Amino acid sequence: MEEKTLKLRRSMLFLPGANAAMLSTAFVYKPDSIMFDLEDAVSLREKDSARILVFHALQLPVYREIETVVRINPLNTPFGLKDLEAVVRAGVDVVRLPKTDKPEDVYELEAHVERIERECGREVGSTKLMAAVESAIGVVNAVAIATSSKRMIGIALAGFDYCVDMQTERGDGSELFYARCAVLHAARAAGIDAFDVVYSDVNNDEGFLKEVELIRRLGYNGKSLINPRQIELLHNAYAPTEEEVDYARRVIAAADAAERDGLGVIALNGKMIDAPIVNQAQRTLQRAQASGTRK
Amino acid sequence: MKIIKEAIAGTLESSDLLVKVAPSADATLEIIIKSEVIKQFGVQIRRVVDETLAKLDVTAGSFLIEDKGALDCAIRARVQTAILRAAGCDELDWRKL
Amino acid sequence: MKSHEHNPLAQLTAQQPQLGELRPFADAHAMTPYLADPVQKRERKLLASLEEAIARTGLKDGMTISFHHHFREGDKVINRVVDTLARMGFKNLTLAPSSLMSVNAPLIEHIKNGVITQIYTSGMRGKLAEAISNGLMEKPIQIHSHGGRVHLLQSGEIKIDVAFLGVPCCDVFGNANGSHGKLRCGSLGYAKVDAQFARQVVLLTDEIVGFPNTPVSISQDRVDYIVKMDDIGDPSRISVGAARVTSNPRELMIARLSADVIEHSGYFEQGFSLQTGSGAASTAATRFLEDRMVKKGITASYALGGITGSIVDLHNKGLIETLVDTQSFDNVAGQSLADSPRHMEVSTNEYANPSSKGTYCDLVDVVILSALEIDTDFNVNVITGSDGVMRGASGGHCDVAAAANLTIVVAPLIRSRIPTVVRHVTTVVTPGESIDVLVTDHGIAVNPNRPEVAERLKAAGLPLFTIEALYQRAISLTGEPQAIEFTDRIVGVIRYRDGSVIDVVRQVKA
Repeated sequence: MEEKTLKLRRSMLFLPGANAAMLSTAFVYKPDSIMFDLEDAVSLREKDSARILVFHALQLPVYREIETVVRINPLNTPFGLKDLEAVVRAGVDVVRLPKTDKPEDVYELEAHVERIERECGREVGSTKLMAAVESAIGVVNAVAIATSSKRMIGIALAGFDYCVDMQTERGDGSELFYARCAVLHAARAAGIDAFDVVYSDVNNDEGFLKEVELIRRLGYNGKSLINPRQIELLHNAYAPTEEEVDYARRVIAAADAAERDGLGVIALNGKMIDAPIVNQAQRTLQRAQASGTRK
Repeated sequence: MKIIKEAIAGTLESSDLLVKVAPSADATLEIIIKSEVIKQFGVQIRRVVDETLAKLDVTAGSFLIEDKGALDCAIRARVQTAILRAAGCDELDWRKL
Repeated sequence: MKSHEHNPLAQLTAQQPQLGELRPFADAHAMTPYLADPVQKRERKLLASLEEAIARTGLKDGMTISFHHHFREGDKVINRVVDTLARMGFKNLTLAPSSLMSVNAPLIEHIKNGVITQIYTSGMRGKLAEAISNGLMEKPIQIHSHGGRVHLLQSGEIKIDVAFLGVPCCDVFGNANGSHGKLRCGSLGYAKVDAQFARQVVLLTDEIVGFPNTPVSISQDRVDYIVKMDDIGDPSRISVGAARVTSNPRELMIARLSADVIEHSGYFEQGFSLQTGSGAASTAATRFLEDRMVKKGITASYALGGITGSIVDLHNKGLIETLVDTQSFDNVAGQSLADSPRHMEVSTNEYANPSSKGTYCDLVDVVILSALEIDTDFNVNVITGSDGVMRGASGGHCDVAAAANLTIVVAPLIRSRIPTVVRHVTTVVTPGESIDVLVTDHGIAVNPNRPEVAERLKAAGLPLFTIEALYQRAISLTGEPQAIEFTDRIVGVIRYRDGSVIDVVRQVKA
């Protein structure tokens, strides 16, 4: 049976790109992805400094072991293109484009990425992309954005700027209701990952877990995090229960048996199991492998 | 690269370093390194600084480095940033870094 | 009542000449003249000043004085007494406190002036530590463990002539405790030992309470003099951040990992016993252990230490049955000692002395300790910093590490570019054979002499590495540090708990 190696992206830890101490130590927390931020977390005066720091950090062997993402500045700022030059050359895995409003933003980005790959001898296509949607128009264009490039691995909703654009503010989650659903559907339609917003109250574990439970049920692949403490909480919430793991194992066993016997149809307890259920079982086991069962 | 004005890069936070650059009056190179870990890593830090200066072709200037236990990659980054700011340089050849 | 005919002694020695040494009865108060005077009877021990007490003890140049360090950075007794001794012109004294802190920097002057010429201590910090490490004293400083100090007292190597003990409350006869009084400090575990071994005991207190004072930690039958003195210590400076639960994610991660190690170690059963140090990671580990204990439905029989507010919290929740307290690390612990019937005070002799007839550390299942350095043979250094300067304490480290069933050391792999895991520690304080598991933020290493523990942790899916791999990991990030250069001159002697010399500390080259 074909095994899809799926990259787990439950936790994406945000690091301010200008912070040398954090860059030197954050890999110990083992999030699924680490995102170096050159945009909102870095002051205008320090844009150059952060860029060079991240350029070097990306090349540290310890960061080669984790998926690296860099949030560059928008391409219509004096910084965006320079950011891109630096990080693609440094070997970043994924470039995150902020404030993606329309697919043209992605086309523009992709053209530059390809050019830089050729110039520096990096395998063309190896730099992946992620689009962050932060406005009403971005949400409305989500499907087009999500399908705009073969390099696109995920689409993220960014809460703060989106709420400003919507003329509301962060609250109990109802302000994100439509956007969350739209971004998620766009991701699924395009076959890519969906990422939810940052939860900024780092001392409120209960509130954080409530939000995680909601987005997990909706179907989100993961969430952006701003504090390493949130990683463990998130991974545990995403971990399958013992029963789910048991069931998944039986599904895989049934699928293997069917393949061995040359049967076209997989059956478990007299019921027919089709491919999506097998894929889901694989993902369940993958999550269990990564952080055990839910405590 | 030519150092044409004063510049600073980095911070004095733990695991970071502050780099101050100034043009040299007499075309000499002066490097002063202060570090919490000077006994254990003084030689290593000096080597990284020298390498970084050489790669950017800096042969004159006055450098004051106050290190708070930064790793080599942070040292390279901060020294490079300070040089680029002090040289008023905007376009980067990333291969040199 | 004398009459010519009644002379029993003469009659006795006539028959039994070998008893000629005995004395005849003189009067009822021959040995206790103060009993004749109702005021003297009650107040004979109360002296008006420290100077008077010193004079009365007969302290002379060259003798040994001792103190406890229950007030830690809030201690005021050591400095005050040594200042007074200096003014009175004393010289050549041996100082034998249970430990020294950075607050004791004023001792530098007295050492320079020859008032103090020899020191025994479990540790030191701050400017005093720097000065001594840089060769201030002619005789090297003797560093012992808490248990080891009592052994040195018992063996006679340290002979305390006068112990000056600050206590938050005592009565006119010297019955004292640390759990009551405005300046409450909690357990008087170290002080009890001094009271037992010193030839003369002077209590310094700000609060003389009604007779008899209870509970009795130091009994009247060991006390010579009492001096009332304001300000014997500042209890608010006892806590070294112990009570505060850290929010530092790195410390939390290490804490959680150590709780995982304990959970899967094979020692996490009903009635297990534990000890945690005062560091932030250890304190946080207590919180993670709580969740696991509740989930497994087990309770601990006792916690030993070094008692902090977080341990008291578990005790109050019924998760730890008894607290065995040799030093109270914060006011919560001090209060609990006063209030809880199963929170008991023990002397250092009962806590950790290897030549005692029974110590609580012997039956500890799990202990969490810290380290400045640990080498690839698991030897631990808790005394010399990465710059070669002594600025830590041996404390109870080697005592509990030797005895506990599972000794866990927690530390970040790298502290500000300095690797914690090294090839050879700068100074050996606790030998590697006593250390079972190292928990760092990069992973866990198990001593090869505990293969069964490694098996269990591996089966639980914990991130295990060889200590060599952790060392390489550290070096790959920081680069290989240059070795610190020392002169030949020895400035410190590290004594293992049994009194043997396990290492020496040399003066750092300028």
